[in-house]
Amino acid sequence: MKQSLYIAFKYLLFHKIRTLILVASIGIIIFLPNGLQKLIEESESQMMARADSTPLVIGTKGSSTDLVINSLYFRQEKIENMTMKTNGELKETGLGYPIPLLSTFKARGFSIAGTNLDYFNFRKLIISKGRKFSFVGECVIGSRVAEKLDITVSDSLISSPENYFDFAGVYPLKMEVVGVLQETNTPDDYTIFTDLKTNWIIMGLGHGHQDLSKTLDQSVILNRDSSNVTANAKLFMYNEITKQNLESFHFHGSPENYPITSIIFVPKDIKSGTILRGKFEAREILNQIVVPSKVVETLLQSIFRIKQIFNTVFVLVGFATLLILGLIVALSLRLRKDEIHTMFTIGSSKAKIFEILGLELLILVLSSFLFALALYFVTGYFVNDFINYFII
Amino acid sequence: MIELSDIKFSYPNSEFHLSIDSLLIGTGEKTAVIGPSGFGKTTMLNLIAGILIPEYGSVIIKEKEINHLQDSERRNFRIKEIGFVFQDFKLLEYLNVLDNILLPFRINKSLSLTKEILENAQELAASINIEDKLYKHPSKLSHGERQRVAICRALLNKPSLILADEPTGNLDPANKAHIMDILFDYVDNYSSTLITVTHDYALLSGFDEVLDFEKLNIGI
Repeated sequence: MKQSLYIAFKYLLFHKIRTLILVASIGIIIFLPNGLQKLIEESESQMMARADSTPLVIGTKGSSTDLVINSLYFRQEKIENMTMKTNGELKETGLGYPIPLLSTFKARGFSIAGTNLDYFNFRKLIISKGRKFSFVGECVIGSRVAEKLDITVSDSLISSPENYFDFAGVYPLKMEVVGVLQETNTPDDYTIFTDLKTNWIIMGLGHGHQDLSKTLDQSVILNRDSSNVTANAKLFMYNEITKQNLESFHFHGSPENYPITSIIFVPKDIKSGTILRGKFEAREILNQIVVPSKVVETLLQSIFRIKQIFNTVFVLVGFATLLILGLIVALSLRLRKDEIHTMFTIGSSKAKIFEILGLELLILVLSSFLFALALYFVTGYFVNDFINYFII
Repeated sequence: MIELSDIKFSYPNSEFHLSIDSLLIGTGEKTAVIGPSGFGKTTMLNLIAGILIPEYGSVIIKEKEINHLQDSERRNFRIKEIGFVFQDFKLLEYLNVLDNILLPFRINKSLSLTKEILENAQELAASINIEDKLYKHPSKLSHGERQRVAICRALLNKPSLILADEPTGNLDPANKAHIMDILFDYVDNYSSTLITVTHDYALLSGFDEVLDFEKLNIGI
């Protein structure tokens, strides 16, 4: 057996590329159904855990799936904004506390989520470096953002402009990173957190500019009277909030009309949650209220249906692969007719020749299983990417 | 002594028939077998080796009627007593030279691969000037070198009978002479018997006997 194994290994090593192609193709066929099963199970468990930990989500009426995905994963689905007025109304109910969210912008590919510090306590987020944000213009980044962008505390991030041709619209804002979160294996790892006001500044609802009462450059001034100064487009707008220009930042309009995309509501108890849902049904509060776990359950049911189709496809592909493998073995035996005859002539028994060929096949199949197993374990590292790219 | 008598052999679904009434080859003799292609020279070698079994008649080697032995007995006899050399070398491309030489010891339970055998293989390789090729694959060798490897493989177990099927068919004149010298030296040193099928009449002078299939009316 030892000598047969030696010859079988030598054959497979000599035909490295052929062996690798066979191992990879058989391995992938073994891996695919199991890997997909693992991905779906892990995704289900992660998505349900995220949904279960979020009791209620409130947003404008429309797609409940988009609302939940935006609020839980900051995926910036196009949902209509609501106003801070609803946040105030919810606070006044005394049934729990609302956490407003505004997720419209991105910086270097990662979503910016405007919220308040209650969100950190609610999600039990721990700062691994630095501190939470205290002033406008500051941000706290998730662990994966820090890792992928290779940035840390005291570095800066610039928000991406929504539309390069919208000169009157959103301006990029340079934000200072003041904290990095500990890894949580949730979408929070991939998010940049700022205060709501910082988001509103990016939106253009608040801004800072040179002090017109002190400026000496008369070419900026269009009109000046005792109570008002009107400036032209030459007025310098700050695109970074610093200690020096912080005081010049101000907001226009009523704060209760400022936009937010959704609200996470944390009821005091189950009863409070039920009462609040009743208020929405009674139309005491406009907008919609959803229980994320129910929405995610519906989403996952669709995925399971697709998975069943995939499983059928994999069985057919597996069967086809086995046929091709059989053909390869048959063709290989034909090609090796001379070699087999030589071994027989110099004294090998037929059983010994079959043993060598069988061991070659066994090594191939075992290597394929090992390759599939390695892929299976590696799959675990891509669950978050799988959720991000294929499920939501 | 090798004795073939009343041999009749045919391949299934073929018009080929081989018949040998009587053939004696003495121990230690160097016999060349000549004759046109298709007359059954290689078939005769395979019958002597016990790879093919005649329909009638007997093949007796060292007083053993090998065509009446069990498969395993016949194989064991072949492993221990017969060394094969082919025209196209029959080396395994995926094994290096040393592994090719040792192949009979790796594929036969009755032969054990010991340190002594390994040393013998290296000495034998050195004696025919291929000691520096031991870890190369056959595709990296010239035809002459490949045939020397095949001879090494055939002689390592010190067989009492060497069956060579056109061993010089693929070689240039210098290599032909060298290969035949190696085989003749072995036969002389170990009192072995050599039966060589050849089409090369220039080599016949080195043989004790020449068996012409056409003249002896052996074959189809």
